[in-house]
Amino acid sequence: MRIMPGRRLGRYGFNAYCIAGFVFLLAPILVIVPLSFNAEPYFTFTEGMLRLDPEAWSLRWYNAILDDEAWSRALVNSLLIGVTATILATTLGTLAALGLASPSMPGRNLVTAVLISPMITPIIIVAVGVFFFYSSLGLAQTHAGLILAHAALGAPFVVITVTATLAGFDRTVMRAAASLGAGPLRRFFRIQLPLIAPGVFSGGLFAFAASFDEVVVVLFLGGLEQRTIPRQMWAGIREQISPAILALAVFLIAFAVLVLLTVEWLRNRSSSAQG
Amino acid sequence: MKRFLTGLQVAPRLGALALVLPLLAFVTLSFVVPLATLLGKSAYQPEVSQVFPDTMEALAGWDGEGLPPEAAFAAIAGELAQALEERSLPRVSGAINRVQSGMRGVLNRTARRLERTEFAGTWRDTLTGIHRDWQEPATWQAIRQAGARFTSRHYLQALDLERKEDGSIGLRPDESRVYTPLMWRTLLVSLGVTLLSLLIGYPIAYMIANSPPKRSRLLLLLVLVPFWTSLLVRTTAWIVLLQRQGVINGLLVSLGILPDDARLQMIYNMTGTFVAMTHVLLPFMVLPLYSVMRSIPSSHMPAAISLGASPLKAFRRVYLPQTMPGIGAGSLLVFILAIGYYITPALVGGRTGELISSQIAYHVQTSLNWGLAAALSSILLIAVTVLYLIYSRVIGVERMRLG
Repeated sequence: MRIMPGRRLGRYGFNAYCIAGFVFLLAPILVIVPLSFNAEPYFTFTEGMLRLDPEAWSLRWYNAILDDEAWSRALVNSLLIGVTATILATTLGTLAALGLASPSMPGRNLVTAVLISPMITPIIIVAVGVFFFYSSLGLAQTHAGLILAHAALGAPFVVITVTATLAGFDRTVMRAAASLGAGPLRRFFRIQLPLIAPGVFSGGLFAFAASFDEVVVVLFLGGLEQRTIPRQMWAGIREQISPAILALAVFLIAFAVLVLLTVEWLRNRSSSAQG
Repeated sequence: MKRFLTGLQVAPRLGALALVLPLLAFVTLSFVVPLATLLGKSAYQPEVSQVFPDTMEALAGWDGEGLPPEAAFAAIAGELAQALEERSLPRVSGAINRVQSGMRGVLNRTARRLERTEFAGTWRDTLTGIHRDWQEPATWQAIRQAGARFTSRHYLQALDLERKEDGSIGLRPDESRVYTPLMWRTLLVSLGVTLLSLLIGYPIAYMIANSPPKRSRLLLLLVLVPFWTSLLVRTTAWIVLLQRQGVINGLLVSLGILPDDARLQMIYNMTGTFVAMTHVLLPFMVLPLYSVMRSIPSSHMPAAISLGASPLKAFRRVYLPQTMPGIGAGSLLVFILAIGYYITPALVGGRTGELISSQIAYHVQTSLNWGLAAALSSILLIAVTVLYLIYSRVIGVERMRLG
């Protein structure tokens, strides 16, 4: 195809526009990384940093994070709440997805809508509702309350990913196993679960990431004893924002990249397993 | 035989239901019931009538004109003393105070002085001796209004309506409207963010969908990194970039474009809310668009052009219509998420960039006007539910994909 100069210009313009879009998406995240090594308590590149003067770069904010007990307590809370909520959400969510995938499920659309609704409801409303209701049950300012709330928020992710995996699941395999004499439990644990495991696992990762990044419910429902990493960051941003937050942000970015690569890997695995 | 056949049909239904039931029960208990509690609080207020049952009974026959009968004075004197003893007074006087300001003082002072005050023959004289507001009909009207179990007061307030003297309902005067302007602002910001995400996201999605496989995968990862990165990290990033002593202002000053004393205020206002929200929600636009565009054969545009259409016309008539499902899905999703957004506006919006969600949080945590917070939440929830229903009708919940 001949390309006319005007058209080529248009193509350059389009590419430049797209690249600007990608820069908008990524630049804010990338900027944080070098700034977290700032030797000064500023949020700009100092002249020394630009001259690559080693004096101007330092690990002091990383030390500040690692030395501060508040952050390690927050990490313990985040992990405790996140992992427990994830186990709960993944177990219940996988079972529900299996039921929803069955052709004889009554009222599927309505049930799906209810199960997915925690994901769509504005988080502020969830937080306020949970705060009112759990307070009356004595669950406010407890780990249990946060675990329950986070599990409800995480379950839709599991339902969605496992449902998507099941859509590509070949049911004849199960019938073959049944004809060979395997009981329902054995069929599930030995055949179906291993095949849908990537979907289950990535749903669980979504649920964990949702809990690990959740701050609004923690703000309303959690007390001092339940401070999680995002809650501690919230306080840091609101009260006295210091570059220590940036050092922590770099850890969280690394975590995000790790989760992302794992999910992508699982996705490829599950699609290649289904051929 | 017939029974056997119906048994075959029922068993799988029950089996499927049994698998779904645990999560359904769990979500109901930990999510649906709390939401119902919240909705209930917007119209149901049992607190005052629980603490002042006799007073409410004595006021039942009162016509609202002049002063209520002596029985009401006697009842409230007794119940005030009891409330003080049982420590339920602050909650109740707070609730009545929200109906009419100043009532907190009247009730607290009366309750504390009752013990030391000599009985003046009638309870009416005794109470009036402690605080003269007891001879005002307005005082009693406030108690009666707060003591009603069901109220429309919170919804009226949330919609900036008020009950006029003659009992009709009308809009508050312009200057005292608080929530309707905020709702409009929330709607406009959500629309603006949706539009901006579409303008930025559409070409990005197109580029990802139409690149060679290897590059396409890499570009998709570049969109997924911000999608997976903590919301607080992304918000912090914008604070770092946009604040007065931040990266962008620093750059402009050191390049000599801006004098040091004229740094731009780009955060803690509407600009901050807009930019940060668009950034956070952009992936939710790009991903549905991409998944639709991926399925459009790349031969369509060249075919249209070879048939004589200009590239612009080929895009408008051939490509754009095919991406409409993606545009619809992405826009609805971004709009639904934007309308209830809390964290980002609360952190970077300042006073002028706050949305309706900030007011809900304020009334729950600071002003403790839970009824109003619940009414505002209900209105927001209704808006989101309507959008969600449209989404599930038009696009289908099951087509919602992640990542």
